[in-house]
Formats: sequence, C-alpha cells, structure tokens
Amino acid sequence: MQVLQFTDKGIYCPAGDFYIDPWQPVERAVITHAHSDHARYGNKHYLCHHDSVPLLQLRLGQDISVQGVAFGENIRYNGVTISLHPAGHIIGSAQVRIQQENEVWVVSGDYKMENDGISGQFEPVPCNTFITECTFGLPIYNWQPQGVIFSNIRQWIKDNQAAGKHSVLLGYSLGKAQRLLYNLRDVTPQIWAHGAIYIPHQLLREKGWDLPEIHRITPETPASAYKNNLIIGPPSAADSSWMRRFNPYALGVCSGWMQVRGHMRRRNADAGFALSDHADWTGLLQAVKATGAEKVYTTHGFSSAFARYLTENGIPAQEVKTEFGDMDEEAGMPETITNDQ
Amino acid sequence: MKEFAALIKILSNSTKTNEKLDALSRYLAVAAARDRLWVLALFTGRRPKRTVNTTQLSTWCLQMTGLPAWLYEECYHTVGDLAETIALLLPPGKSLSAHPLHYWIEQLIQLQNADEATKQTFILRAWEELDTSERFVFNKLITGGFRIGVSQQTMVNALASTYNIPAATVSHMISGNWDPQQTTIETLLSENITEADASKPFPFYLAYALESDPAELGAPEQWQAEWKWDGIRGQIIKRNGQLFVWSRGEELITEKFPEYQPLLDVLPEGTVLDGEILTFADGAPLPFQTLQTRIGRKNVTRKQLQEAPVAFLSYDLLEWESQDIRTTALQERRLLLEKVVEQINHPTLRLSPAITFHDWDQLASFRLQAREKGSEGLMLKKLDSTYQVGRKRGDWWKWKIDPLTIDAVMIYAQKGHGRRSNLYTDYTFAVRDGDQLVSFTKAYSGLTDKEINEVDNWVKKNSLEKFGPVRTVKPELVFEIGFEGIAASNRHKSGVALRFPRILRWRKDKPPTEINTLEDLQQLLRTHK
Repeated sequence: MQVLQFTDKGIYCPAGDFYIDPWQPVERAVITHAHSDHARYGNKHYLCHHDSVPLLQLRLGQDISVQGVAFGENIRYNGVTISLHPAGHIIGSAQVRIQQENEVWVVSGDYKMENDGISGQFEPVPCNTFITECTFGLPIYNWQPQGVIFSNIRQWIKDNQAAGKHSVLLGYSLGKAQRLLYNLRDVTPQIWAHGAIYIPHQLLREKGWDLPEIHRITPETPASAYKNNLIIGPPSAADSSWMRRFNPYALGVCSGWMQVRGHMRRRNADAGFALSDHADWTGLLQAVKATGAEKVYTTHGFSSAFARYLTENGIPAQEVKTEFGDMDEEAGMPETITNDQ
Repeated sequence: MKEFAALIKILSNSTKTNEKLDALSRYLAVAAARDRLWVLALFTGRRPKRTVNTTQLSTWCLQMTGLPAWLYEECYHTVGDLAETIALLLPPGKSLSAHPLHYWIEQLIQLQNADEATKQTFILRAWEELDTSERFVFNKLITGGFRIGVSQQTMVNALASTYNIPAATVSHMISGNWDPQQTTIETLLSENITEADASKPFPFYLAYALESDPAELGAPEQWQAEWKWDGIRGQIIKRNGQLFVWSRGEELITEKFPEYQPLLDVLPEGTVLDGEILTFADGAPLPFQTLQTRIGRKNVTRKQLQEAPVAFLSYDLLEWESQDIRTTALQERRLLLEKVVEQINHPTLRLSPAITFHDWDQLASFRLQAREKGSEGLMLKKLDSTYQVGRKRGDWWKWKIDPLTIDAVMIYAQKGHGRRSNLYTDYTFAVRDGDQLVSFTKAYSGLTDKEINEVDNWVKKNSLEKFGPVRTVKPELVFEIGFEGIAASNRHKSGVALRFPRILRWRKDKPPTEINTLEDLQQLLRTHK
C-alpha cells in the first residue's frame, strides 16, 4: 500500500490529505522540525511537536495556525493515524509515523543517533517503509563521540587564550548553537552570541530549557567584553564585517562537513570540528536496520549511493528527490531565522 | 609521527604565511635531525621513490573495510584525495605507535625490493598502529604531494631562523642534487657549497606580474626590457669539466637535451648561465607544444631532435671564472654575457635580445607584438638590480600580454580536489559548430569561491547524465575562457589545444546562443601559429 506519495509539493498522504514538510503551501502540513527547509511559510495548518511550536511561531509568525502534540500521541485524520517520535536532531525534532490499516510508514525528517543532551534520544520506529534522510550517507562520514569533540573544542579555546586570540565558533543558530551552549556552558566566564543565536536561545530559556545565560553582541558591546570569553556566531557571519570586532581571533567551524580537509580549507577556518546533528554512515545503517523496514526511500544527501548500498545489502531502497537541504550543516548559507543589525 | 601530523594540519589549514612559518620553526626546533631532513626533502619535492602503489593501497583498504569498489570510488570523488579517503574509511586506529616521521619513511623505502605480501603486512600494521590524522600523512608519504601551500621560501626562512644562517645562503645550500638518504641536515647546511657539489644551481630569481602602469616604475632609461619567452626557465652550469642543465623546478635535465652537450667544449670552466630552454628553428622560437614533446622523455629520438630542436636563450650570467657575480649590477652582468655569447658563437647558445625603447608608450606598443615574436610578453629588469633569490618585488617584473579569449558554454562538470573537494569545480567547455556543441577545453580555475558555490548548486540541479564522476549538464552557463596560446591537435575533437586555459569571468549576461564558434577558434589558430 502506497501510504505516502512523492509530489511536486512534497511528501503527501492521499488517505489523510496532508503533507509532511511540504515545500509549497498546502492546507495541512505535518512538520518534522523547525529548520526553514522543512517548516516553510504559507501553509494553512501546521502540526508539530509541542517543543517546535514556539520555534515555528518565531520563524513563521505568531499568527500561524499550529497544533502541538506530544511524542507518541496518536492523531487521526480520515482513518489514518499519525504520531511523532524523537529524532534527536534539534529541540522539538520528530520522525512522523503514519499508519493506514496495517501498513506503517515513517518519515525520518533529519535525525542523529547520538544523544546530545538537549535534542532528545532518537527512537527507532518499526515500520514497513522508512523514508530516511542521508545528508552524510557515505562511509567517510563517521563521527567521533561528542565528548571527544567538545574536549577538542575546549583545548582549542585554551590554546587561543594562550595565544592572545579570541575564540569565535560558528554553528547554525537553531540546533547546533543550543548543542554547543548546553555542552560548553562553563567553558569561559561569559559567552557572547550573535543576535541570530541569542533570540531563539532566549526564547528556549523562557520555555524552560536548561540552557546557560549568554550575552548578546551589539554595536555597543566593548571589545574588552570578549577577552577570554567564547563567541558564538551563525555560519553566515564568516567573511562578514561583523567578524572584524573580534580581531585578533581564531575561527572554528562546527559542521559535519569539516570531516574532510578540503571542505575545511575552503572555509578558511582555523579549526574545523566535525560536529553534526545528522546521523553518520554507521548511524544511518543502524537506524534503517532498527526500523525493520522492507522498503526504504532515501532523500537529501548522498541518496543514490546510500540507496544502492542498501539494495545491494538486501534492503530494497530507492532515491527520491526532495527539496530539503543541509543548510544547518552547510556553513555560509544565509540565515533565515531573524535579522540582526 | 603525531608531531608531523599536527604540523601538516596547521600548515594545510592556515592561509597565513607567518603562521605557517611559525609552525614549521616550532616543529624544526624540537624534531630529530633526520625528521628535519625529511621534512625539508618532502617540502622541496624530494619525496623518495614510490615503493607501494595506489592500486595496492586501494585494494588493501577494500579488503579491510569490506566496502564495494563503487562506493570506494564515490568516496574518493567526494574527498578528492586518495590518502585522505583511505584514512577516513579505515576502522578506528589504535594509535599505538610512537615512531617518528623518519622511521616510517625509511621503512617505506626499504620495501623497494620486497614482495607484495611483505608490503601488505607492513602497510596494514602501519594503519593499525596510527590514528586517523597520522594515517593520512602516512598515506601521503606514499601517494605524494602534500599540497599544503608551503613555498620553498617559507621552508628556507624556517631553516634560516632555526640554524641562524642567512636565507639566501640556505636557499643555495638546499638547491640542486642532494639525496636525503645520503646526507644529513648538518652536512647540507654547513658545506662550502660548490666544493660539495659542482652541479649545484643558484636559486632562481623570479619576477612578479606587473599590475600597475609601467610609467610608475620611473625613468625608462633605468630599465632593461626583454621578451618573455614561453619555454622552460633553466640554468646551464659548467664546473669541474662537466655540464649540468637545471630546470626551474630544480630538476637535473642534462640528459634530455643532448643539443647542449657541445657547449661543454666551448664554455669556459666556472660558468653559470640563466636563460630559457626553447624549441627554436630558423631564428625563431617554435610553439610550446613542440617543447612538450621533449619533456618527460628520457631518450630523445632522432626524429624529435629534427622536429623540435632546442636552443638556449640566455639572459643572465650568474657565475664567471668560478666567481659568483650575482651581486654585481645587471648592466655589468649583461655586458659580460653579451661578450661571452659572442665569443662562444655557438648556434645553440643565443642571446635573448634586450629591447631598445625610449619611453613607456613605445614599449607598450612593442608589447602588442609579443605574440608575433613567439613570446608571451615582456620582462622589465632594473639595470642596477642584483640577481636575487626567489620571487621578489621591485627590481624585476613580468609584463605579460592579455590572453586570447573565447566565450564558451559549460557541458560537463566534475568534482575537484584539495580544497575544492565535493564541489563541482572542474569544467569542460564547448563552442558552437552549426547546431552542435564541440568540446575544446577544460578549465579549473578563475572563479571566486562564491561563484564556485553557485555553479556547484546549479550543476547539482541541472545535471543530465552521470558518467562515473562526470556529470553532463544543460548547456546554459556561459564563461569567458582565457588562454595564452593555441595549437593544432589531433587529440581533441575540436582540433585545437590551448595553453594555460582558465576562466576569466562568468558571462551571466550572455545566452548560450551567443557563444563563439568552432570557426572562431580555427581563425585564432590561423592567426596565432
């Protein structure tokens, strides 16, 4: 049974008449998470996890029609049962499970296997068909445990302090930034952040998330404030005039793409940390196997290679073109979350 | 090896010469003498001969990981570097080894006559003992080419500060014909230079491109102008009754050019000439493509000697009567050079003429004739300049002619290497021939990082077919391609081969219907023979 279809507007459930993360405006959209390539403007009704609601409102406007649900809560539309399950990608991120009669399909959205402390623990959901992302679907992408990466970042900050340089870390404002702040809260006496990071951060703190106090960088912030303190900015800040105030500084980029030297070198970063909110190769394989799916669709990323590998290993898989990106990993992409002066 | 891996990491991440210099100096300060020597050898193109090939490395990596070959290929095209691909694919290493750099290099050298099984055992042991970053540099020792942007000059400066020797002297000491297996760093940096090695060339003095108006250089009568030849820069040395020919890449190429052997009998002892190795017939240079038939061949055939005879167009005299005369003024060296060439009077040894000019405007008009002369522009040298070491601003400039250009459409794209890995940066271009498109060149460089990202995105969305790593794309994007020369070639569909093709700019203003035609290329070929 074809529970979901791939259409020009996005992944569609004909029986339930709704879309998952559509890229064109539709009547009813189920949203996996609040990144802008998954949660777009213009849909009439949004359904997402409770924790994604304020983030959607921040990004898309307070007046959107949005319904929040808990993990595992069953929602029924026209004989189809929908439920959301933790994806471990960012705060509020979910996989979408759709059941029609006895047939179960799961849309992974973006996910990672490692529990980063704040984005939830990915939960494998048994299904017949699994639609998986594969941003890092090549065996060259295998992450180190985040504990190792964070201790490398801490050491890097110490080295910069010793060399009399400010430490500027770049990471995506929604997701990567909270992960960094949650795990590096005590690394320096204060932490200073770009407005694009400060705004969702404050919102999440108001909503009760266990995130540290940070300071917003404004044109009035004196240069002395940055001394020995960590600075966090969005990827788009690289090569912008915003960086000048931190001179002399060392630039560290946090993205799964930093796994490959060439990618790091063209960012002109002083250090690259392969810290990703997407599953690595081993994680993707684990996730696929854990679902027990007899059919897999692979979307955004190295989808053709991953599909071929799965098929050759006894899990029929097929590549599907979607309009999801890897903006949360691809440094240098424009920020859409909010503008800052 | 950990220290060397850390050094490579800093060198390849940094874009600042000072940081690279600091990192190198810090490494040299604590490294063992043999490690210093090997770092110098590696960074100046003296990597030992390969004892394990890349096919073997790939095969063993596939055996260890159990991955299918096609997936390995896919990874390689994404990473753009074989050594790194393997380092990333192998299961986590144990990081057990404390062996230094020279241990691994010397062990690799010893594999020269080993059988395949011994080689495999050694490589697998190395992979197991090293961590990911060490494995990468270890693999690089085998596959070669660190490409980390350490210039010869940076290496020289680091040694100069470590050993407290003037940089120009270091530069000379480390030039030429030494073998890291036969010497030590102390010997290399302490010897009386020419006594130790009669073949040793002087470091070449290189010019930057002139970007300003030449009038800003001051009075024209203080300058000498010459044609800038499109050959191989070289030095001819006669010392100890022997003749040595060096290329600017510090490769000893005496054997490749038997035409120069008669000079052994006519050049006085203790002479070093700087000039251009060119194919030359009937008083004029032949196109660079003819010289290409002579490069890379050990044994020259009679036919090649007839079809592509070489001459040496000398433009400087560096050593005379066994005296290093680099610190005398150019005009004095030039007078001596002219006298020497005249006295020797041998058809192979020619003088690169100095161009007489009265003002900069007149010189500018000569420059426009450069292509007809078979040259690629002009050299400007200050008459009182000494012969310096390495690339320096101020006294010598190259003033090249503007490139030839063609507007073409992109038809294939392939992922690049190094800092362009996993990005479509290598493009093939076509011109129009009636309603067909005919590919005529590839070009790799010339776009900004931002443009590359834009093209990369476009390629991903507009590819039509996939042939291995190559994607065919919709013929939509138009670029202006610049090149220095054009020659007939039966190797290419278009019938032409370009010299130094590169992208000059992205013609977003031009639709693919308005690109140049094959006829335009053929016209260029006729006018620029």
